[in-house]
This record gives sequence, C-alpha cells and structure tokens, in this order.
Amino acid sequence: MPIHEQSLIRPENLKTHDELVMDGVDVSGHWSTFIESRVVSDYNEALQDEIAALPGGEYIHRCWQCGSCTNSCTVNAINPDFNPRYWIYLARMGMESELLRDKDIIWQCVSCNKCTYACPRDVVPEGVMKAMSHWLELKGHTPKSPSMHFDEVFSEQVIARGKIEESRTMQRFFKRTGQPMFQDWFIEMVKRMLRHLPVGMLTRMGLASLLAPRTAGWARARDAIREYAEEQHSKQRQALGLGELIENAKQDAGAPARS
Amino acid sequence: MATNPEKYKRVAYYPGCALEGTGHAYNRSTKVVGKALGLDLVEVKNWNCCGAMEVKNIDPKIQTYLSSRVMSIAANEMGMDTVMAPCNGCYHNLKKAEYDLAHDPKSGEVVERLSGKAGHEAYKAGQVETIHALDWIKESIGEEGLRQRVQNSLAGLKVANYYGCMYTRPRHIFPEKDQGEGSESTSKPHFMDDLLAAAGAENVEFPLKTACCGGAHTLSDSDTSTKLVLNILTAAEAAGAEVIATECPTCHSGLEMHQIRAEKRFGKATSVKIVYFTQLLGLALGLSPRQVGLQENVSDSIGFFRAKGLA
Repeated sequence: MPIHEQSLIRPENLKTHDELVMDGVDVSGHWSTFIESRVVSDYNEALQDEIAALPGGEYIHRCWQCGSCTNSCTVNAINPDFNPRYWIYLARMGMESELLRDKDIIWQCVSCNKCTYACPRDVVPEGVMKAMSHWLELKGHTPKSPSMHFDEVFSEQVIARGKIEESRTMQRFFKRTGQPMFQDWFIEMVKRMLRHLPVGMLTRMGLASLLAPRTAGWARARDAIREYAEEQHSKQRQALGLGELIENAKQDAGAPARS
Repeated sequence: MATNPEKYKRVAYYPGCALEGTGHAYNRSTKVVGKALGLDLVEVKNWNCCGAMEVKNIDPKIQTYLSSRVMSIAANEMGMDTVMAPCNGCYHNLKKAEYDLAHDPKSGEVVERLSGKAGHEAYKAGQVETIHALDWIKESIGEEGLRQRVQNSLAGLKVANYYGCMYTRPRHIFPEKDQGEGSESTSKPHFMDDLLAAAGAENVEFPLKTACCGGAHTLSDSDTSTKLVLNILTAAEAAGAEVIATECPTCHSGLEMHQIRAEKRFGKATSVKIVYFTQLLGLALGLSPRQVGLQENVSDSIGFFRAKGLA
C-alpha cells in the first residue's frame, strides 16, 4: 500500500479565470490558473505538549516522519484520508487549523497496533491517535465520539462492579448514542443464536443480564480507582489550560470565579 | 513437540468477561479439551475484568492495575506461577501489565497505591507467567501428543487460521516470541496452524492471519468493522477455506456479527464457517458438537460438520 498524501494544493485554493488579460496578453482558461497564497499564521506552539500530556501521546516527539505507521495502517487501507504520519507532523509543527480539518475521523483508529509494531522510533502512534481524539474532545473541537461513549459506558461498569455484562453494556451504549438496538442485522443475529441454543444456556444468559456479574468485595478497589481517575483527569485539564479557560469565561460572563 | 510436558499441566485459568457471555462456547470448549488432554485448570478466584480494549482509553494505568490484580490473586492467594488466558484481549492486557511493571516505575507506583487501597497485595513483575490457550496445549501436549490422541481426524477440512491483533502486537510485550526454532512468530504466527495440522486439518495459505477485525469499534464504528471483517472472510474463501479457526472471543463474535451485517447492509454474503480452534480440537479428540458448544455459535456449522463426518 503506497503512502497516500493529501495534495498540498487543495481545489479551493486554485483560482481559474475565464477572462484574464495581463499586459495585453489574453491568458484566460488553462493558462490562467493561479494558486492562492498560503500563509500559516495561527500556530499553536503548545500543540505537541498538549497532546503529549494526554495518555498515549507521551512519545510523539520521537517521530522522524518515516511513514511506517500510515503505511501499515488498517484504517488507511479503507480510507486514505486517515493518515497518522501527517497528523503527527501537524501536531509537532503546531498546525492546529490544518489538523482540525480531519477532526471527525481521527477517533476511527481501531487500535490494531500495526503502527506500533512497525514504528522504528517507538512513538506508539496508536496511543498518539487516542491522545489526539481525546484532545479534540477536551478542547471542544468535536463532540464525544461513539468510540469514547463506548469506552466510558464500558469502563464505568468495570470500575463500578469489577466485571462486565455484555448485553447491559450494549444497551447502555445504544441508549447513550441515541441508536435503536434492534437494527436489522441485530435481529438476524439473535434469530441465528436462538436456532440451536438449549434452554439451559438461555436461562444462564437471562440470569446474567438480570443479576449482572460482579467481583466480590470490590467497593474499595472501585473507590481507589475513581479517586485516581479524578486526579488524572484534573491533571490533564490543567495541562491543556482548560481550567484557566473556564475561569476566564466565568469572569467574562461576570460570574464569581471559584478559587 | 511438547517442550515442557509438566510445566503447564496445572495452570490458573482466567476466562475473562467475554467467555462468560458471547464467548461462552470458547470457555466450554477450552475446558472440555483441557479435560480430554488431562490438563488441570484452576479458575482464578474472584477475578475482575482486565480492562479489555476500553479502560486504557480512560486511563492506561487503571488498565494496568486491573490486569495486575488478576495476576496478584493467582500468585499471592493461589500460589500459582502460570496464568492461562484464552481470550486475546485478556492475554494481551496481562502481558502488557507485566511489561509495564517490569519497565516503568510509574506503573508500579500506581499499582502499589491502588492495590494498597483495595486491600490486596500488589503484583510484582515476574510472579507469574501469562500464556495463551495455544501455548498451553502446544507446550504441554505438542503436535505429536495431539496426533496420538486424535480419534476423529480433521482430514480434508480446509481451515484458515485467524490470530487477530492482540496475540502478536506490539512485539515488545511478548519477549518469548520471535526467538527462533520452536517459538511463536509475531509476523507469521503458526501455533494454531501446528495444532490443527496435528489434528489432521488442511491449513490453507491465508494472508490475513494477523489482520484486524475492527473489534474495538464493532459497535461504535460498525461500517468500518464490517468492511474489515468482509476482507477477512472473502480472503479466507478465496484461499479455499471452509472454516475460519479463531482464538479470541472478540474476533470470533466480530466475524459472526459482521458476516451477517455484510449480508444485510452491503449485500455481500459469505458462507465460510467461524469456529473456535478449541472446538475443532475437541471434535478431533472425539468430543460431540454439543460438548464443544457448536450450538452456541451464531455461525451455524453443525450441519456442515455432520456432512463432513466430524459430528
């Protein structure tokens, strides 16, 4: 799979004139295609540091742009716009507005770790993709992705009970993302499952969904994990300057700022 | 060859959440195959979820703690030195926690702190060895041992062996792999091929052994997952496979779900059967389809195996 790059000259930056006369010479049509000047003036110099402050993004600075990640990428093979090497480049250069052009697909990394396997610099591009999607959401550039919703629904259950019960996780995920559970393929799957299932298995599955499995004596682990997660969360917000942003917004709105 | 016939004869068994739900057939077939081979499984007491593919996206060190707790119980409360996890996700996460605890002091600090507050001994790197169901059978029984125990050869069955992502990637968390002769390969894994060949199966040349099924986004980005699964199914069929052998409940249920979804959403029907490798081994060892849980698979293969004289 060749490394597919976005063209540096985008169609909207190409200007073609139907009638153009320069110094008395008619240059309309084919010969009058000009490129809009491109000046990048909105660098976010903190971009790499902000992404590096989020879990998974720690090693972004190691990248030397070989492109092994994009070359081996599972998602790139079905969507050439999915380009980890390019996004890492943009983050390191601080080209935030350029990165934001792809904000709606970065979360689609499937965590197959082919990039991490191939990377000669141990950048852990898979982690960087997660950190970037997290960054986009924390900064308010994108709403929470379906993947983030799923991770949250799943993790809330694990942290609360120690174990997962799949049908419950599925139901909550569909509810939180506003999707109907009984989609055509789902109904067909249930039908096929029921074809050979003995009564005992059905009873067991029914019981599991009613009683939801849990790890005994989990309360102390649960509280310790929640406390730790909360600490990490506030550290991340601080690293992204989000606390400051919120305080400023409050002051602008005339609300009393909390100390 | 069984390199270590005694080493894994009695191991701590960590089934994980999926094997109590959608992957129940894998749980059932792993246990009956172990029994038929004279291997002892002692389930980890009061285990918890390893963090699967989700918790690390909330915080990777919480996942490290979750996985470490399972290993801590096996080592400190049960006195075991080996944990066997048939689920690729569990196996991967325990290996990852082991690696992080051996190499990253910060992970150790978090595990110490959370374990202390949770009220159990913190896991220390090196206390247990985590192995996959493939290692377990390959090391303790081996191909020759298996060949001697086959009652119902899989001869004539064309199998594509599908290993998925988490069994081999990233390479650094599997220090025992890629160690030459006899060890597992991370680029071209072969342990499942070896075992099924010993059971008589004809392994087809399958190029997507370690391709990704999109399991992490099976519900949150279903169209991507369906496309990835469809690649795997069609490549297996093109290679002449009648059956795809799986070793992971997420891959397995992903292949089953998206085989149906590909048919419903993209009008692309495939007929290759999806079966756990332990189910195939069980059939070869003379166990019945019901004993290995074929009826619990969504992919309906009972009629197919009957026609082949294997059920």
